[in-house]
Amino acid sequence: MMKKVLLSTIILLATATVFAGGYRVSTQGQRALAMGHTGVAVVNNAELAFFNPAGLVYLENKLNVAVGANAVFSDVVWQNEAFGQSAQTDSPVGTPLYLYASYQVTDWLTAGVAVYTPYGSSVEWEDDWAGSHLVNNIELAAIFIQPLVSLKLSDYFSIGGGPIYVTGSVNFNRNLNRTLTDLDGNRSNVTIDASGVNAWGWSGSFMFNPFDGFRLGVNYRSEIILDAEDGDADFENIPNSPATPFADTTFDASLPLPAEFTVGASYEYDKWLFSFDYNRAFWDVYNSLDIDFADESIPDSENVRNYKNSNTFRFGLQYQALDKLTLRAGYYFDESPVQAGFFAPETPRNDSNGYTGGLTFNVTDHIAIDAAFLYLRFEEIDASYDFYVENGQQVPFEGTYKSSAFIPGLGVSFNF
Amino acid sequence: MKKYISYIAFVTLGFVACEPEFENSIEDGDVYTSGEADLSNFVAVGNSLTAGYADGALYITGQENSYPNILSGQFALAGGGEFTQPLMEDNLGGLLLQGQQIAENRFVLAFEDATTPLGPVRLEGQPSTEVGTTLSGSFNNVGVPGAKSFHLVAPGYGNVAGVPTGTANPYYARFASSPDATVLGDAAAQDPSFFTLWIGNNDILGYATSGGDGEDQTGNPDATTYGTNDITDPTLFAGVYSQMVNTLTANGAGGVLVNLPDVTSIPFFTTVPVNAIPLDGATADFLNQNFGLYNTQILPGLVQFGIISAEEAEDRQVFFNEGQNFVTIQDESLTDISAILQGPPFNLDPVTAATLGQVRQATSADLIPLSAAGILGTLVNNDPTLVNGVSVPLSDENVLTEDEQEEIAVAQASYNATIQGLAEANGLGFVDARAILQQVANGGVTSNGTTITSQFVAGGGFSLDGVHPTPRGYALIANLIIDEINATYNSNLPGVDIGNYPTVQVTNN
Repeated sequence: MMKKVLLSTIILLATATVFAGGYRVSTQGQRALAMGHTGVAVVNNAELAFFNPAGLVYLENKLNVAVGANAVFSDVVWQNEAFGQSAQTDSPVGTPLYLYASYQVTDWLTAGVAVYTPYGSSVEWEDDWAGSHLVNNIELAAIFIQPLVSLKLSDYFSIGGGPIYVTGSVNFNRNLNRTLTDLDGNRSNVTIDASGVNAWGWSGSFMFNPFDGFRLGVNYRSEIILDAEDGDADFENIPNSPATPFADTTFDASLPLPAEFTVGASYEYDKWLFSFDYNRAFWDVYNSLDIDFADESIPDSENVRNYKNSNTFRFGLQYQALDKLTLRAGYYFDESPVQAGFFAPETPRNDSNGYTGGLTFNVTDHIAIDAAFLYLRFEEIDASYDFYVENGQQVPFEGTYKSSAFIPGLGVSFNF
Repeated sequence: MKKYISYIAFVTLGFVACEPEFENSIEDGDVYTSGEADLSNFVAVGNSLTAGYADGALYITGQENSYPNILSGQFALAGGGEFTQPLMEDNLGGLLLQGQQIAENRFVLAFEDATTPLGPVRLEGQPSTEVGTTLSGSFNNVGVPGAKSFHLVAPGYGNVAGVPTGTANPYYARFASSPDATVLGDAAAQDPSFFTLWIGNNDILGYATSGGDGEDQTGNPDATTYGTNDITDPTLFAGVYSQMVNTLTANGAGGVLVNLPDVTSIPFFTTVPVNAIPLDGATADFLNQNFGLYNTQILPGLVQFGIISAEEAEDRQVFFNEGQNFVTIQDESLTDISAILQGPPFNLDPVTAATLGQVRQATSADLIPLSAAGILGTLVNNDPTLVNGVSVPLSDENVLTEDEQEEIAVAQASYNATIQGLAEANGLGFVDARAILQQVANGGVTSNGTTITSQFVAGGGFSLDGVHPTPRGYALIANLIIDEINATYNSNLPGVDIGNYPTVQVTNN
């Protein structure tokens, strides 16, 4: 019962406004986030369950728990000077969260569990805005649940990993095209909705500690394809005509959650710790968002995305200011997977710079409060999505975008 | 600990308030200027085109896509104020007068199956716009469907009591400030800072769409003697147009004058081909046999008697081929020979004599109005030998002959000269709608990747009545006006993306 309540709460809360490349949401631990979301080579707390399960076995305590949530405040503004159009998103506050626990079974074996939400998106434009033929609003959520094992092969080397169970949902609304309306001028639109979309994946990692204070880590999380089958497609404001045969039906669609490879290092000296992570996200799996409607009289919807693999470079710094207080800061550069000409307003992301900070306050020897914030800064960008096709002709959707995101978060770490 | 939490809360609020902002923000008014134009109080004066009339009716979504309403949306980017329109009560478009329907509902495009259009049909339903229910307040859109130039200065044109007798206009009656108000007076009373004026189309259009079933009143400046389908005297036009410009500019308002397009630019006259009659060889031979006596005996005989000229006899020859054939028409400009044909030596029966009375075959210079489409090829009294447009000539109102076109063109050229002259004399913007609609009709006009042509239904530019533009067509007009404002008043207003505006509405009853 408790588990069921917890799971449904997570599903309800775990929607996050997209704020990293594509719909990746990098908020998988306050301590890591405060240091530029680095952590593949940092042994700090149970956040390792996400960043590098191999490191769990090096945690000092027998039981380690980290739980936390972030609030994502994200806004996008758009304008097109050629036609005097402008719009802005009014997206709900996203709340990605995480729960990690590890238990040292023996000196060389630690078991763990991780629940986290690395992908998600919630973008809400004004209905019938200039880009409404591409998207009015989208909400995408995916919860990763993962049992873990961490094996110490020596004091220098450990490995870890485990299978990932994903349950996801998507809700997406857009207008059918730029002009179709019912008799009263209400724009014809479609909502596709699928939930309980399940899939499996895995992650594996190792950690290498060649000399005192220095660690190297490598983590790989597999690609996971969410195959929505028999989702609901709801057509609204369709004119009464055989020429517009849009009756409610079901649909199939696939949404990839790309693989991510991370390599990084950390060095601890006196009260200081420096960390560096490099992420490679294999976005090239996201070629096209194709919606296959069951009703054959309704043309399938093909939305070319053509994402490219992207890199993220992350830097973090930690300083043990007081016995009870640790301060952190970080920076990262996040490359967008979106290529020129494929800039769609449902994930309107260009390259960004992330500035992070945070702290840990040890309430007792066993309980610590972790706080972090991330400010994501985007440059103003002139971009277009060129692959919307109407009557056999490409109709580019162009304009200037500017985004920003501010993401504070709070967490608690326990160890016994 | 509490200190830290409140600190984080403070930082959070600080960043949340910091929403993304453009360097040059449209919303903040950084991008556009109206130049020397004051767009704060814009009034649009005109006829159905200004009102947003389309698909043979005036209805709400059409009005929302009227070119003045599109303009006001762009004006709002540079100081434009609120823009009000006398909106209809529904999207059916019909009008009621004391509960009786006096104007039909709009056309919609019906389909037989997913890909086969049946054509325009009147949308069914009981309209709810009652002419007698007068709207309160003044309206920035002073476009009155059906109005001719001189109507805008005629007191009583909005008197509901005059609607049944035709002295008043039901659309204007809905929002006239008083029964004896004038359209121009109601426009001027709003003290516009900027205006558009597009009037005069109906001064020739009624004559055109009725197939020339009216009088050319050139030389007669007394409008009270005019019939509905007459051509307005160009001198009268110049007088009232000049009065309108003077009134609207009296307090220094800027504005744009729009000239009158050719009737030959609209699908109403370009859709039905003049050689619309397909015949096989046998039928053509049969018809030629029937007209043989007429061609070889009657016409030469009439020339011999001096009743018609040899040239007219040549024009009156009727001859059919295998393949496409020009329709037969009744041409009022021909000598009426029906009485003569009933007498000796011809001795034809009255029906045949009437049929041949003013008959000729159309030429490529004649135009067949869209309204004749439903008549061509149909049978009279279910008699297979009496085919409209073949053995039975199309009546005068179903063809706009070359001569009638010429009368229209002469008047139109004079009106347009007046409009352009007054624009130049008053330093106002001048939009050559005639030129752009010629382009639309001859190959089409492309704007930001969207092409519109004057092809009926499929071209995207004209609504289902074949005369009035679609919202996309009105958007093109709005862009022309914006370009002209920018050129005349040193403003930098943006146009609209015409591809975002609808064309014809598909719906089955």
